[in-house]
Amino acid sequence: MAYAKDIAEIRALIARHKRRDHFFALLGLAALLVGVLTFTALFVDMAIDGVPRLTWDFLTNFPSRRPERAGILSAWVGSCLVMLVTAFFAVPLGVAAGVYLEEYAPKNWITDIIEINITNLAGVPSIVYGLLALGLFVYQFGLGQSILSAGLTLALLILPVVIVATRESIRSIPQGIREGAYALGGTRWQVCRDHIIPYSSAGILTGVIIGMARAIGETAPVITIGALTFIAFLPPAPLKAEAPFLSFDWVMSPFSVMPIQMFNWTSRPEAAFHQNAAAAGFVLVLMTLAMNALAIYLRYRLRKNIKW
Amino acid sequence: MKAEARSLSFYYGDFRALNKLDLAVHEHRVTALIGPSGCGKSTFLRCFNRMHDLYPGNRYEGEIRLHPDNTNLLAPTVDPIEVRMRLSMVFQKANPFPKSIFENVAYGLRVRGERSRRALEDKVEAALRSAALWEEVKDRLEDLAFNLSGGQQQRLCIARALATDPELLLFDEPTSALDPIATASIEELITELKARVTILIVTHNMQQAARVSDYTAYMYLGELIEFGRTDELFIRPRHKQTEDYITGRFG
Repeated sequence: MAYAKDIAEIRALIARHKRRDHFFALLGLAALLVGVLTFTALFVDMAIDGVPRLTWDFLTNFPSRRPERAGILSAWVGSCLVMLVTAFFAVPLGVAAGVYLEEYAPKNWITDIIEINITNLAGVPSIVYGLLALGLFVYQFGLGQSILSAGLTLALLILPVVIVATRESIRSIPQGIREGAYALGGTRWQVCRDHIIPYSSAGILTGVIIGMARAIGETAPVITIGALTFIAFLPPAPLKAEAPFLSFDWVMSPFSVMPIQMFNWTSRPEAAFHQNAAAAGFVLVLMTLAMNALAIYLRYRLRKNIKW
Repeated sequence: MKAEARSLSFYYGDFRALNKLDLAVHEHRVTALIGPSGCGKSTFLRCFNRMHDLYPGNRYEGEIRLHPDNTNLLAPTVDPIEVRMRLSMVFQKANPFPKSIFENVAYGLRVRGERSRRALEDKVEAALRSAALWEEVKDRLEDLAFNLSGGQQQRLCIARALATDPELLLFDEPTSALDPIATASIEELITELKARVTILIVTHNMQQAARVSDYTAYMYLGELIEFGRTDELFIRPRHKQTEDYITGRFG
């Protein structure tokens, strides 16, 4: 057989195919760079404007009419507290709904409709959630323009993301694991509690953090329910000196959040306030990055003993 | 002689999985690799078509020469794609693509740039016939491959591997996920195929090695302990260790 000729042909063919291979590699790299460069440019631009303003005082001062004395204390504390409430409601609700849909719900058309609607909810504009919350939480339930109202609103907003992430993560668990646990006599709840939820926790966590990162930057729904743009006090402390030592008064407190503070400053005419807005934006991006870093670390820890 | 491993070592990172193996693969013969789990027989097989190149941190030492042109398959200058165009592989678990039966068999030809519908149809039919699957699927070539039974799926994977006229066919425990009847049909197929292609097969089933192979290599802990004609190795093993393994005292 004329192998030498065949090999020459094979090599010519590979060389031809490789050109396209390299072309796609370049194209993919370029596509990636569009995203990376845009983010870098935005981040660097913001850092150049904002970092000089970033002092300890900036983090510990309340807003002020004088730009050089203005700070973001009430905004970042507000953002953190709202996120706390959001996570407190979105995680259990989202995980329970996701687990129910995957492990309990009968596979019929009603479930299908519910599934489709949950996916669609993720695409509803956030202002619609704001309007819903204004009518329902603020007035109907009488929760007022509080941290609780805002946390509940943002929890609703990210609920679809948490549910979808939970379900995707549960689906990646091989059927053999479930069968192994059921074969030992476990109930559905035992199998979920001891296997399904722990093994899918890394994926659930990723979904939660993606949702939270979206929620922390949301402005429209928080403005709609009436967050303040100028606030010179902090919510009451959660710890007290006298019994019962814990206080939940803070959840009913008025508040502001980071994106609202930024929005407020960018709408001022003075350039000094624009610098403040850039500095606040820089801090907000750092908060998001910190959340993502935590997610990566936890995911690594949780996935360490799981191989599939 | 179709291929020859010379002083082949293989490393996963710092871990040496194969230690200085020498093996001759005879042309138009079936060579079986046997040994207990973890002895490196699959690792060895996957060196032949450079599958280890897909993952970072893997390293080869030594050579695998493919004859008659005496190309060193492991040479850094040899493109792994070129190697995979000449050698085909059938995996432990049937891994058909979620496409039609026809497209599964035709894919290797499409990768090689074949566009003529006529040529594709001819070669797909020939490959399916060689894999003893044609009579069962000729009326439903556009069906999804997943609708076939496990044994049929594995024969489809063999047809996919044969369609590109490989010089050497690698089998990695091809029957370990199949029932005895499907296993028997695959074994029969392997025996028929050696007239046109050289075969290297990893198996954890000693009876299978005895039934289908002409030569057998016994491996243990990354070393090649014994190699010889299958009838001789199974009747008069030269090493105590080989004897213990093939008589079922260990492994």
